[in-house]
Amino acid sequence: MDGFDALTLARMQFAFTVSAHIIFPAFTIGLASYLAVLNGLRLWTGREVFLDLFNYWKKIFAVTFGMGVVSGIVMSYQFGTNWSVFSDKVGPVIGPLMGYEVLSAFFLEAGFLGVMLFGRERVGPVLHFLACLMVALGTFMSAFWILAVNSWMQTPSGHGVNEAGQFIVNDWWAVIFTASFPYRLVHMVLAAYLTTAFVVGAVGALHLLRDKSNEAARIMFSMAMWMAAIVAPIQILAGDQHGLNTLAHQPAKIAAIEGHFETVSAAPLILFGIPDAANSRIDYSVSIPYLGSLILTHTLDGTIRGLDTWPADERPPVGIIFWSFRVMVGIGMLMLGLGMWSLWLRWRGALYDTPLMHRAALLMGPAGFAAVLAGWITTEVGRQPWTVYGLLRTADSVSPVDAAAVGASLIAFIVVYFALFGSGTFYILRLMNKAPERHEAGLPHDEPIRAGGIMPAPVLPTPPAGE
Amino acid sequence: MSLDLPMIWAALIAFAVLAYVVLDGFDLGVGILFPFMRGEAARDEAMNSVAPVWDGNETWLVLGGGGLLAVFPLAYSIIMSALYAPIIVMLLALAFRGVAFEFRWKTKRGKFLWDWAFAFGSTMAGFAQGVALGALVQGIPVANRAYAGGWWDWLTPFTLLTGVALVIGYALLGSTWLIWKAEGQVQRRAYDIAFWAAPATLLLIGVVSLWTPFLGPIYAQRWFAWPQILLVVPVPLAVLGMGFLLLKGLTARREVSPFLASLSLFVLCFIGLGISFFPYMVPHSVTIRDAAAPDNSLGFLLIGASVLVPIILAYTVYAYWVFRGKVNSVGGYH
Ligand code: HDD
Ligand code: HEM
Ligand code: HEM
Repeated sequence: MDGFDALTLARMQFAFTVSAHIIFPAFTIGLASYLAVLNGLRLWTGREVFLDLFNYWKKIFAVTFGMGVVSGIVMSYQFGTNWSVFSDKVGPVIGPLMGYEVLSAFFLEAGFLGVMLFGRERVGPVLHFLACLMVALGTFMSAFWILAVNSWMQTPSGHGVNEAGQFIVNDWWAVIFTASFPYRLVHMVLAAYLTTAFVVGAVGALHLLRDKSNEAARIMFSMAMWMAAIVAPIQILAGDQHGLNTLAHQPAKIAAIEGHFETVSAAPLILFGIPDAANSRIDYSVSIPYLGSLILTHTLDGTIRGLDTWPADERPPVGIIFWSFRVMVGIGMLMLGLGMWSLWLRWRGALYDTPLMHRAALLMGPAGFAAVLAGWITTEVGRQPWTVYGLLRTADSVSPVDAAAVGASLIAFIVVYFALFGSGTFYILRLMNKAPERHEAGLPHDEPIRAGGIMPAPVLPTPPAGE
Repeated sequence: MSLDLPMIWAALIAFAVLAYVVLDGFDLGVGILFPFMRGEAARDEAMNSVAPVWDGNETWLVLGGGGLLAVFPLAYSIIMSALYAPIIVMLLALAFRGVAFEFRWKTKRGKFLWDWAFAFGSTMAGFAQGVALGALVQGIPVANRAYAGGWWDWLTPFTLLTGVALVIGYALLGSTWLIWKAEGQVQRRAYDIAFWAAPATLLLIGVVSLWTPFLGPIYAQRWFAWPQILLVVPVPLAVLGMGFLLLKGLTARREVSPFLASLSLFVLCFIGLGISFFPYMVPHSVTIRDAAAPDNSLGFLLIGASVLVPIILAYTVYAYWVFRGKVNSVGGYH
């Protein structure tokens, strides 16, 4: 591990494990709501196909959820193992918020998941629908609390400091509803919905390519494309607002995202280029005049503060976030494009008969995950060199652990995660590759679903009487 | 009105940890016994007996860890960095066994792999927890609000012993759980295992208890000083009593009492630990009061906890009640 100190390794480990974790919630937050919608549609319309779709997606949900749980448990201990100084100082503020996450979200999910997965025959369709709503609510609560934590770290407020050097809370309301929190919550929840929509759309497209008369495939494809057409533009709007909020509270992050090393008026929007942080300039840039100022200040000659106005040790790394931001925005634009195309085809009555469209949707299946990761990298790397923005440096947050210990555990995490989550992804893809059938089995007989949850209903229907 | 918030929270965290140890204890125990189950049907049956409850059980671990960060951030940061290696091993092991519940049913050819992942993960998780516990009992040196020991301090003969002891204790919980929940061949096998796990557990409790006073004068003082001994002596006596009930239940082929007696043994050992630790949160460096977050953080979370924990408990009891019957290899309860 030559050349890597404990700090760098701890950062790599956090980035790796949290990136692995976010992939699962990004999908389960959306899928939980989708399952609730399918269940509700079945109740409302009485059509069997919605139950088939429900049963189809719930198997995939169960596997994803299981992986979300195990990767999440790692996260809640990682603060102590690698970031002990951070935990000691910040625990009184963020700890209770995470405590509420456990109490209100995780136990809620664990409680109702069992009913959702097995309970339909047992508790009846209405209660079953309610259980689905509770699971969806649980995933939302989870996002709410953890994003409150993250937003406080980005734009802290409502706190003070005690003699021991710990952050303490003066005003809980201000700690939870910080300046960036509403934007982040909206943006992330929409991101989860879009991610799910594109996965569902890709699976629908795959089965349409094979058999365009498959009713379940048509329905999921259509639902997904409505989501893309409606939510993608909202997400772009939300992202724009989020960016303005970041400009107000973390201008250095925006300067890095935009690639402005020097303060400029009437700033261009740099589309692409190669940031050269050492020499503070952008090479080979392609830019649109005035647009930068227009987007960020809503005037043609607005001034954007350049990175050089910050001391060198308060600048975020430019290269990574310049690119990650463009990846996210680029994917957002592609999503919007697909959504608009679907509207056009729908209007022409050709949504189910355009294989080119289906291929494109298949290709875009994983796009949401890539955008979510790119977005988080922008947010988190852009916060550097701070863990609590402006108040606590990353370098002062790390545990006094040996580099060797952090390095060894990092390698262990990488190996184990690839083996476990690689297998899980393979099983999920295999489930997706199978077309949804009529009367999709709720519970295959030799294969109970057991993602978890405390289940007030037997794993399988009770064997026939007389046994 | 002044509530002693740090003490209330110390009790709540202790409760969460105890709930975790006894609940996840038996499902980890089932995993530990997996290699001793003969045949696929027997393994299916053993796994099915815990499948509906394991996730709920493990959520107590998240509450224990998350709660510690919230209310005793100093203790959390010191303990997690002092016990770095055992904690990481535990987390990875739990990941292995957690996904095995799901993946095992998704493949035919690969099923045996996930059987091993389940058994290996459960055993390593139990062992790492035992080591971590032992290392805590040994004491953790602290300077300037940070861990001040070496990176291998957790590894001593004593902690290896507590690691093994916890694995065997979990095996006892798992086997007595199966005695209760299973029938036929699986139940017979569980009796066989319990017959050696029970005396082994009792023996190890004895050895660990006798070793502990040598680890620090505080422990010796706690357990042997007169007249305090009158207050603490009921604990070892109760352990003996429960041990007797356990062995008697097994020889009489009772179905429920061995499990209850094993649970009680765990609870008693936990009380014993509480007696040894008090008033320290990190023995013998940081007290409960020193470790506690400011009162308003404790109070804020206590409001939620006092509403939600009883609901969670009631729901858990209800779920176990619904599951009260025996399990079979297809997963049905009857
Ligand atoms: C499907 C996912 C997705 C899509 C299509 C977009 N984003 Fe995004 N973005 C996220 C998923 C995401 C995210 C994962 O949710 C982030 C990371 C952290 C956060 O709060 O949201 C994020 C962060 C993020 C930030 C950083 C905020 C900060 O500094 O904390 C900005 C400025 C934007 N986004 C702006 C946009 C714009 C202008 C988009 C449209 C073209 C866009 N995002 C599309
Ligand atoms: C570092 C930060 C994080 C920590 C410490 C953390 C912790 C956890 C833990 C312990 C679990 C398992 C809960 C259980 O036992 O049921 C979990 C699951 C979950 N987390 Fe995270 N998490 C983090 C980041 C996030 C983020 C950023 C989101 C979404 C915005 C999120 C959303 C969820 C959801 C929805 C679940 C339920 C399981 C699933 O859907 O896959 N978490 N998390
Ligand atoms: C879930 C998606 C997330 C992703 C993909 C992500 C990504 C990252 C990355 C790439 C880093 C390393 C930054 C660098 O080294 O420059 C990092 C650091 C960090 N993030 Fe996040 N993050 C996420 C969510 C969160 C959340 C929800 C929290 C808070 C609860 C959080 C807290 C931290 C902390 C404490 C560090 C370590 C210190 C640091 O390097 O800033 N992250 N994250």
